[in-house]
Amino acid sequence: MLGSQEYILSKIASNDGHGENSAFFDGWKAYDADPYHPTKNPNGVIQMGLAENQLSFDLVEEWVRNNPMASICTPEGASQFKDIAIFQDYHGLPEFRNAVARFMEKVRGDRVRFDPDRIVMSGGATGAQETLTFCLADPGEALLVPTPYYPANDRDLTWRTGVELVPVICDSSNGFKMTRDGLEAAYKAALDSNTTVKGLLLNNPSNPLGTVLDREALSMALSFTNDKNIHLICDEIYSATVFDEPGFVSIAEILAESPDANPDLVHIVYSLSKDLGFPGFRVGILYSYNDAVVCCARKMSSFGLVSTQTQRMLASMLADEEFVGKFLAESAARLGARRAAMCQGLAQMGVGSLKGSAGLYCWMDLRRLLKAATFEAEMELWRVIVNDVRINVSPGASFHCAEPGWFRVCFANMDEETMRVALSRISKLVVQSKSGEARKQCRRRSKLEISLSFRRLEEIMMSPHSPMTSPLVRTMT
Amino acid sequence: MEFKSRNQGQLLSKIATNDGHGENSPYFDGWKAYDSDPYHPTENPHGVIQMGLAENQLCFDLIQEWIKNNPKASICTAEGAADFKDIAIYQDYHGLPQFRNAVARFMEKVRGNRVRFDPDRIVMSGGATGAQETLAFCLVDRGEALLVPTPYYPGNDRDLTWRTGVKLVPVVCESSDAFQITRAALEAAYKQAQDSNIRVKGLLLNNPSNPLGTVIDRQTLQESLDFTADKNIHLICDEIYSATVSGQPGFTSIAEVVQENPHCNLDLVHIVYSLSKDLGFPGFRVGVVYSYNDAVVSCARKMSSFGLVSTQTQRLIAGMLSDEEFVDGFLAESRRRLGKRRADMCEGLGQVGIWNLEGNAGLFCWMDLRRLLKAATYEAELELWRLIVNEVKLNVSPGAAFHCSEPGWFRVCFANMDDETMEVAMERIRKFVARKQRRRMELEVSLSFRRRRDELVMMSPHSPMASPLVRART
Repeated sequence: MLGSQEYILSKIASNDGHGENSAFFDGWKAYDADPYHPTKNPNGVIQMGLAENQLSFDLVEEWVRNNPMASICTPEGASQFKDIAIFQDYHGLPEFRNAVARFMEKVRGDRVRFDPDRIVMSGGATGAQETLTFCLADPGEALLVPTPYYPANDRDLTWRTGVELVPVICDSSNGFKMTRDGLEAAYKAALDSNTTVKGLLLNNPSNPLGTVLDREALSMALSFTNDKNIHLICDEIYSATVFDEPGFVSIAEILAESPDANPDLVHIVYSLSKDLGFPGFRVGILYSYNDAVVCCARKMSSFGLVSTQTQRMLASMLADEEFVGKFLAESAARLGARRAAMCQGLAQMGVGSLKGSAGLYCWMDLRRLLKAATFEAEMELWRVIVNDVRINVSPGASFHCAEPGWFRVCFANMDEETMRVALSRISKLVVQSKSGEARKQCRRRSKLEISLSFRRLEEIMMSPHSPMTSPLVRTMT
Repeated sequence: MEFKSRNQGQLLSKIATNDGHGENSPYFDGWKAYDSDPYHPTENPHGVIQMGLAENQLCFDLIQEWIKNNPKASICTAEGAADFKDIAIYQDYHGLPQFRNAVARFMEKVRGNRVRFDPDRIVMSGGATGAQETLAFCLVDRGEALLVPTPYYPGNDRDLTWRTGVKLVPVVCESSDAFQITRAALEAAYKQAQDSNIRVKGLLLNNPSNPLGTVIDRQTLQESLDFTADKNIHLICDEIYSATVSGQPGFTSIAEVVQENPHCNLDLVHIVYSLSKDLGFPGFRVGVVYSYNDAVVSCARKMSSFGLVSTQTQRLIAGMLSDEEFVDGFLAESRRRLGKRRADMCEGLGQVGIWNLEGNAGLFCWMDLRRLLKAATYEAELELWRLIVNEVKLNVSPGAAFHCSEPGWFRVCFANMDDETMEVAMERIRKFVARKQRRRMELEVSLSFRRRRDELVMMSPHSPMASPLVRART
């Protein structure tokens, strides 16, 4: 007897919780099918949808060549091969934990200390987010997450855990800053739906905004979560991509300044994928001030430990304080220069982006290029950018942004020449839009202006991509 | 601003506050004893010898020589450093094609090239630990169950049930059958689950078996395939010890049986694998899910994001396993050394009248110490075990840790030490048994009036017999 496929698989395997069936993967497919190459495929799609840090590999390669002892495969290091290959203790190599703790301290200007015994490994930040969720929330309970947010939060935090996400709406009227009112509204909406909120997840610096949270916002988040007796999880994966003022303030610093706060509620997610540019090495870190969480997460780390070969190499690299100091400074400078070049290039064509001092991307404002202030129009513009302009960028709806027209464009995963090509393509789009559509727009605008103002709210609320359709959000502030 | 602090118990999830991780069992005392007093030939000759860890440490000389001769396999050598960046940024969850190809080829060689594996069905995971959990998430809903023959690997409880909410239903195997899996036992377990309104979604086999050290024969594999087909449930085969088989009977993979059953439903068959045992690389976390079901491959691959293999390690393994000459030499020599070590151990134990279940696979023996028990109970097994750990100073694993249905069996690992340490361990066992024999002769008269009966076996809290799902012994 043969049943249907759905019968024999689990609900988790048969649902869309992995998030990959969204239309936004078309951008990836377009790139995969036709990737840009300066000489072999100069008309191909330029990948600007991947937040990667590729600007400082020369420094890393130099270090690797000069430090053969860090490897278990070099003549200098091979005698350690066996000991490293058989080491499977989920505490991890002590030198690895020490080096990671030290690195995290340096990134924060030595303003805080990290205890190596609280460093827990995970399968990338992906694994760290899921592990924390398993530790802190039961199926059906919820975490608050400010929008716009990293799309894979949906998969990492909810797919296999059964936990829900409740969006905390942030909008451009105040630079997408999180407010106490916004937090309270989201919390209340959850309560009204009989959903128990167990925590608040912050991403600082923010993906996709490219901004840091200031001291006031972090203190506010800490006091909010303490008041509600819920957890505060801070994903600080972009901590070393801050290249300008305002500088990075870690939740670790705020906690150190708040002796009355409950440390059992505070947890940090980290990874080396963005700051160092090593996504392939799967180095995820969970740091908790709660002993029981450290203990539980460590047991769960068996599902996603860091390869000891990689632990060993990174232990050496990150323990080299001179290298780390040089790398952090140089990487930040190059990111800053690259972002400045990008933002200036965009500004010259009249395209603004949210002012920010961090991250590997800009949060680009293309609202005035939309045919209408709707997510359908955003999707249409995005298809034009991917298919005609031949650049893969990420539309705001994929980040659950409350307003259409914002796009995240990454700048650190290519060389300067490619970025110039990308900017020139964008400028053509903008110019075409201006001249071709300007006259049309003027005529349409006066006709539509009246009807738009009635339709705008409903359209935002009715888009399948909008967090507005979540039953947990009833009113826009 | 005021901050309130409250009771920890309300703060964490149910999963975080239950015992599903399995580490609160008394068996961890053995590890603690070892950790606090580890044996060293010169620095601590009276310390505890670790014989509770199934590790393969016999062939690192071969590995090390290969490493020395193949610097391009590393991204840190002068020869390989130019590739550092490309490897460090590669995060595609399909994995490096050369990695998948090399692993598929390796698995074929281990099976004597009797089957082919499709590299596109190779999915990475965080060790076999991650592979088992991922498959459970893909195939089974919360509250549903998997059948697992006893005795079984203790980590199954954590891997398959802790975060998934899935249940395990034991399929009881007994020494009278040399612990072989019978159709009757499978049917009994399935029926028990049904009677308790628990839906069974699959059967998990471990072949070769931990802790038995035996291979599952072709007939039993065929029966398992037939059974799962009849019930329309999944068949998961953990073949993690596939290359540790020396001599006869040889290893038969479910992949071969599937090949011989062209009408079987492939959508129900899945293999779990890892390089932790066959190669001896537990630290590298190289887990593999291989499924004949396209939807499972697709789903497991998406889930692999939670536990991908470091690309640095993928690159090294790709280099190593695609060296066919090295692989052939390694497999042959590793099997030979394991076979010899096992034979030495069994001979040494046999000399003092201790027998093992006959087997030719794995990194351990399944030792029969029933006649050393004061009584045929789990309490007596625990008592004997504490004696072995604390007085004989050997960390072995008691059968109850593997949910064995009969007390008195112990798993003793032999591949994680050198010959000298092995000899020290054997000597300690010989002395211990000799002491026990003397004492037994002295007490035999008084004991014969006090001997307890087998019913007590069923009353131990550690016995799978105590599970509500098993009502009658066959």
